Amino acid sequence: MPLITYRQALNDAFAEELTRDENVFLMGEEVAQYNGAYKVTEGLWKRFGSKRVIDTPISEAAFLGLGVGAAMMGLRPVVELMFWSFAYVGFDQIINNAGCVRYMSGGLINVPMVIRGPANGGTNVGATHSHTPENFLANTPGLKVVCPATPYDAKGLMISSIRDNDTVCFMENTLLYGDLGEVPEGSYTIPLGVAEVKREGLDVSLIAHGRAVLTCLAAAEILATEHGIEAEVVDLRSIRPLDEETILNSVAKTHRAILVDENKPFCGVSSQIAALLAEHAFDDLDAPVLRVTALDAPAIYSMPLEKLQLPDAQAVVAKVLSSF
Amino acid sequence: MPEITMPKLSDTMTEGTLLRWHKKKGDKIEVGDILAEVETDKATMEMESFEEGTLADIFVPEGGKVLVGAALALVLKDGEKAGDKPKASPAPTAPVADAPAARPAVSTGRPLTPRARAAALRSGGAGGNVNAGVRVKSTPLARKIADARGVRLDAVKGTGPGGRIIAFDVESAPVGSPAPAAGSSSVAAILPTPIAGMPETRVPLSGMRRVIAERLLASKTQIPHFYLSIEIDAAPMMAFRKEYIAASGGKITFNDIALSAVARAAMQKPKVNAAFAGDAIIEYGSVNLSVAIAVEDGLVTPVIRDAQKLSLKEISAAVKDLATRARDKKLKPDEYAGGTITVSNLGSYGIEQFCAIVNPPQAAILAVGAIVKKPVVNSCDEIEIGHRMSITLSGDHRVVDGAVAAEYMTALRKLLESPALLLL
Repeated sequence: MPLITYRQALNDAFAEELTRDENVFLMGEEVAQYNGAYKVTEGLWKRFGSKRVIDTPISEAAFLGLGVGAAMMGLRPVVELMFWSFAYVGFDQIINNAGCVRYMSGGLINVPMVIRGPANGGTNVGATHSHTPENFLANTPGLKVVCPATPYDAKGLMISSIRDNDTVCFMENTLLYGDLGEVPEGSYTIPLGVAEVKREGLDVSLIAHGRAVLTCLAAAEILATEHGIEAEVVDLRSIRPLDEETILNSVAKTHRAILVDENKPFCGVSSQIAALLAEHAFDDLDAPVLRVTALDAPAIYSMPLEKLQLPDAQAVVAKVLSSF
Repeated sequence: MPEITMPKLSDTMTEGTLLRWHKKKGDKIEVGDILAEVETDKATMEMESFEEGTLADIFVPEGGKVLVGAALALVLKDGEKAGDKPKASPAPTAPVADAPAARPAVSTGRPLTPRARAAALRSGGAGGNVNAGVRVKSTPLARKIADARGVRLDAVKGTGPGGRIIAFDVESAPVGSPAPAAGSSSVAAILPTPIAGMPETRVPLSGMRRVIAERLLASKTQIPHFYLSIEIDAAPMMAFRKEYIAASGGKITFNDIALSAVARAAMQKPKVNAAFAGDAIIEYGSVNLSVAIAVEDGLVTPVIRDAQKLSLKEISAAVKDLATRARDKKLKPDEYAGGTITVSNLGSYGIEQFCAIVNPPQAAILAVGAIVKKPVVNSCDEIEIGHRMSITLSGDHRVVDGAVAAEYMTALRKLLESPALLLL
């Protein structure tokens, strides 16, 4: 199986879908002639032309609205946000229109749109470019939210998201774009709402999404080699729909849950998982549900401090040890 | 519309008997009014009202026995109506004549309503584990396993963060140790079958008898007992007592002298002043002397705290006070708690020697007999009349070995045969 980057895996997914379905088109700032701010759409404009890969002005509210309208009329837009942080100027389009039209139209109108781009801190781009809004968007019934951690998942989930008949908020990570992984050639799908156990273990469940999954895998390795603790790593992959069954099965097996989340802690994704466990896993728990999250502050601009803001493997290891 | 529920008045109380109502239906009630007297497994206590209003209904008649948390009465505040709430019925009272052969030791009664359960938790502070008398920090999984295995959480040492009991601790704890959950005995009790033509009276178990039955069955089946007896020369003790009374004018009994000696000897040989705690032995730094006192329908073992520090006069006064209040059922629950070694004295009944059952979780109990005149071979190989007292130690062999207990008995003998040492 070819070893390719997360960025290339996404690019392959777009190429597969642009080829397969003429209704699919890409749109966003610098996605076409410049090949994408992070080169995720590299070569696609040259290959598919200006009707399928479209540069937009710096006007998120406008082109998100354009995407909603196009999707309502039957196209399948894939709208890039240079940063998910810029979605905030287009929230009305995402939440009120993309998220609510199917319900408001009594099920007559779908909005089969993908909104995608990086949503992560840790790159010294400041508070207004480092938001992780997966919790905001997952809070809206009608929207789906996907956060892939690996190249394989990025491609399979992107193809599923483009084919999905509802709006999918697809959150990537600039720190992962260069990560290599084995990815099959050709088309394959990973269903939305299905988590994956990325490492099996008996002693504690580390539950995470996005880049935090890799942090957990690194922590699990340290726990196994240095502390004799076998951690299971559950990658949520989709935040909404959420694969509650996989989470609960894992905790029923290990009796401990540590939630690792680059999201902020207050009303974050991990808060939702904690509530799920309190309600449905109470009798299985042999320790309190604990969390390792981003520090509850705007993304810190000072580089030394910024390093401390996001969960790292040592923080996860320390939290796991504190629960035994 | 507050319900008055059976409060949890002691650690081991699971049900209570409503002895007497002090208020009747229709009476006005203020906060702090005495509503009723309740008999627990250990004492009779007055039940105060935490509500004000009118006593609208009484669900449990005098003499009725109900589980902790069960509704006893309904209080309506001014302007409230009873509504259509179903009337609560008390748990079954005494077993009827044709009771089934194998009846569980604790009546199960009707399941508690959420409201009654909340009230029971408020008054008793019981954790999730119904066996636990006090709230112990434990995980939900540990509690689930404890309930399934019949392990008492208050007997388990937590090894989790902050001393929290985790599943591992419960799984490695001895089942039912040291005082098992009611009815957890694996051997079915052998119950009498009716004897044709035999007149009989069926006396329902009181709360106290039930606790005695449970705890002593647990002790005799779970604790490996061993026994050491000594016969001491009581003549010096008799002379000492006579002189003490003549000199001080205060009265002391042989039992007071024995109690003082047991406590002081336990400080000299602290290995007997101990308890078995599953994965450890706890040796106590002070002697809290449990004194077995016979009361109507049973016995109680109230505690004289720091008994090794007390003078004979103080011990004498403490025993007298505890005995009087025990017979009046006026002892408070905490006066039974925290004993480290027990003395049982049947000398006043003329019993010369006996073996007592260890009072769990303590490691030793001393059975003190009567002083009797006996032919004794003296140091000149002559037979003379001696005054002798027999004392038998029953020990938990998990905690105390024979040689250790023998050293203790030697120390005890020395104190009793030279009682002036008790004045030091």
